Amino acid sequence: MSFDSAVPTMREAKAPTLAPVNGRWAGYVNLLMAREKEMWREPEVIFWVFAFPILLALGLGIAFRNKPAEVHRAAIVAGTGAGRAVELLQASTEKRSVRADVLPEALAFNQFRLGKYDLVVIPQPDGGFAYRYDPARPESVLTRATVNDALQAAAGRKDALPTSEKASSEPGARYIDFLIPGLLGMNLMNSGMWGVGFALVEMRQRKLLKRFVATPMRRSDFLLALTSSRLILMLIELVLLLGFGVLAFQMRVIGSWPSVILISAIGALCFGGLGLLTASRAQKIETISGLINLVMMPMWLFSGVFFSYERFPAIIQPLIKLLPLTALNDALRATILEGATLPAQGSRLLVLLLWGGLSYLLALRWFRWT
Amino acid sequence: MDVAIRCRNLRKTYDGKVEAVRGLDLEIGSGECFGLLGPNGAGKTTTIEILEGLLPQTSGEVEILGKTWNAHSRELREALGISLQETRLGEKLTVRETLDLFASFYRRPRSTLEVMEEMALTEKANSWVGKLSGGQRQRLAVATALVANPKILFLDEPTTGLDPQSRRQLWDIVRQFQDRGGTILLTTHYMDEAERLCDRLTIIDHGRAIASGTPAELIEELGGHQMVEFDATGNDPVATESWRALPGVEAVHVEDGMVALSVRETHETIPALLAALQKRGSSLQRLTTRQASLEDVFVRLTGRHLRED
Repeated sequence: MSFDSAVPTMREAKAPTLAPVNGRWAGYVNLLMAREKEMWREPEVIFWVFAFPILLALGLGIAFRNKPAEVHRAAIVAGTGAGRAVELLQASTEKRSVRADVLPEALAFNQFRLGKYDLVVIPQPDGGFAYRYDPARPESVLTRATVNDALQAAAGRKDALPTSEKASSEPGARYIDFLIPGLLGMNLMNSGMWGVGFALVEMRQRKLLKRFVATPMRRSDFLLALTSSRLILMLIELVLLLGFGVLAFQMRVIGSWPSVILISAIGALCFGGLGLLTASRAQKIETISGLINLVMMPMWLFSGVFFSYERFPAIIQPLIKLLPLTALNDALRATILEGATLPAQGSRLLVLLLWGGLSYLLALRWFRWT
Repeated sequence: MDVAIRCRNLRKTYDGKVEAVRGLDLEIGSGECFGLLGPNGAGKTTTIEILEGLLPQTSGEVEILGKTWNAHSRELREALGISLQETRLGEKLTVRETLDLFASFYRRPRSTLEVMEEMALTEKANSWVGKLSGGQRQRLAVATALVANPKILFLDEPTTGLDPQSRRQLWDIVRQFQDRGGTILLTTHYMDEAERLCDRLTIIDHGRAIASGTPAELIEELGGHQMVEFDATGNDPVATESWRALPGVEAVHVEDGMVALSVRETHETIPALLAALQKRGSSLQRLTTRQASLEDVFVRLTGRHLRED
């Protein structure tokens, strides 16, 4: 045996096995897949993104469903003539829609002041009636007109013009029809801002962003993956909410589905970008929660989710129309409810693309990775 | 010897005030396992993050594999494997998904299956990261660095907070990587870790290198290889000077009433010590002798312990 063989040689380490070469987009694809998996594994996401808007639509749809014409409540001051007023109302065609009670004078005025009655009818010595109503309360004005018409008609007034009418409450003009596209827009905003913004700050706080930039990962790929991860969820949100409207409230989608999907996709990307920008420097989850609410607050208020923004003063209308959620809601409503084509929505889509594009570019520039 | 990492006169000042690193020179050879040792707040993490290209230095030069971060950032990223202090990886991804994700960032990564095997994570391949133990998480953190098939591995406090078994597991992994020709730079505040793992190390304190060399050299510099520690009645500060005069004593350090003597040879010092105690009329409460460690080097150099927070 030779002496040499007894000399311990250095452990010969096995060369590592390499995986196949990665292509240009491997990082992006893997980031996107990882983000999707993480979202799906978060029960809160499932609730806020899918269940919450449907519950909201259901609740509001029921609360504001189109009810039969409301009952008008009138208080008749007790005394001579009160009996005649009741008789006349009973005889009129409006007897179902007017509820009239005879009350002592003081009580009648007190109840009127408290809003229990919309109108006080005071019989006059000359056989006529005086009305006490509140011009600032629409139902009071309406009750005055209805009761007056009923009394006059019952007393023998003839209509000078022949008229005819037909009741119409078709899908498309109801509150739920207005609401569902608005909820869709709001949901795309919520999930974009939270899904991207919040997730990012959490990763920054965990120092995961720092760990990522310690690899050759392309930073733009990372931001792009995060923004575009919204698209798959968007599609599900869209189908779920609109489908719910169609099934539960017989809503009709008049525009084309591809247009609706495209508009939603642009909206999702826009709010993904905005979420990115909002989260570009925040270090703590507490900070980003406040920031996200701050960014979303004006849009909740002004962008016409629950009621039309046309109620705001005309002077701020142009500003309201520049908000991304206004553009998204308007575009969705025009397409879903009126069947507007995409080219007709150019300015709204431009607003969305500008917000999204600028946010992404600014985020890329200001982003704090560590 | 090729130089893998070099920095000259490295300085880092935060907000123009806090000087975290104050002129540090390092030269780490290819294939070396090099340690940065120091207490918390010494500037270890700042230094390693500057070398990793994650933090810009205030002044000084940094060269990794002969290249600078400004000119060759992408190329360097491909060649480095980094494990940061306290990264919390996504909790809802599995071990395997996490490694696949990191692998996808590199042009030519290692097989994730093999890395999992090597890091004893195969069993946990399909577990969510959130369900792993501390040791498993730390191994996964190192695995995300190894999957890059790096030339240099940076580990910032890789074993902090781990149980002894997990620590030894990580040490094995580091040695394995070194056996394949890899270079390692690690920071630690554990003396035993540095002694066992590092070929060479630099002790830093307050942003400055206070000693450099192999663990053996540093202990040698202490002057004595042996430590004699004792506690005696009537032990007062005045006595300290007389201990220094005992034969073979290189240094004296008093802490919590215990006197620690660095000595060349125990058999020269102890009889003299006993005689001196008897002469002073004080009786011995406790007496131990042990091999000197890097901890003693640090105490000698700074008057403090490494792990004082």
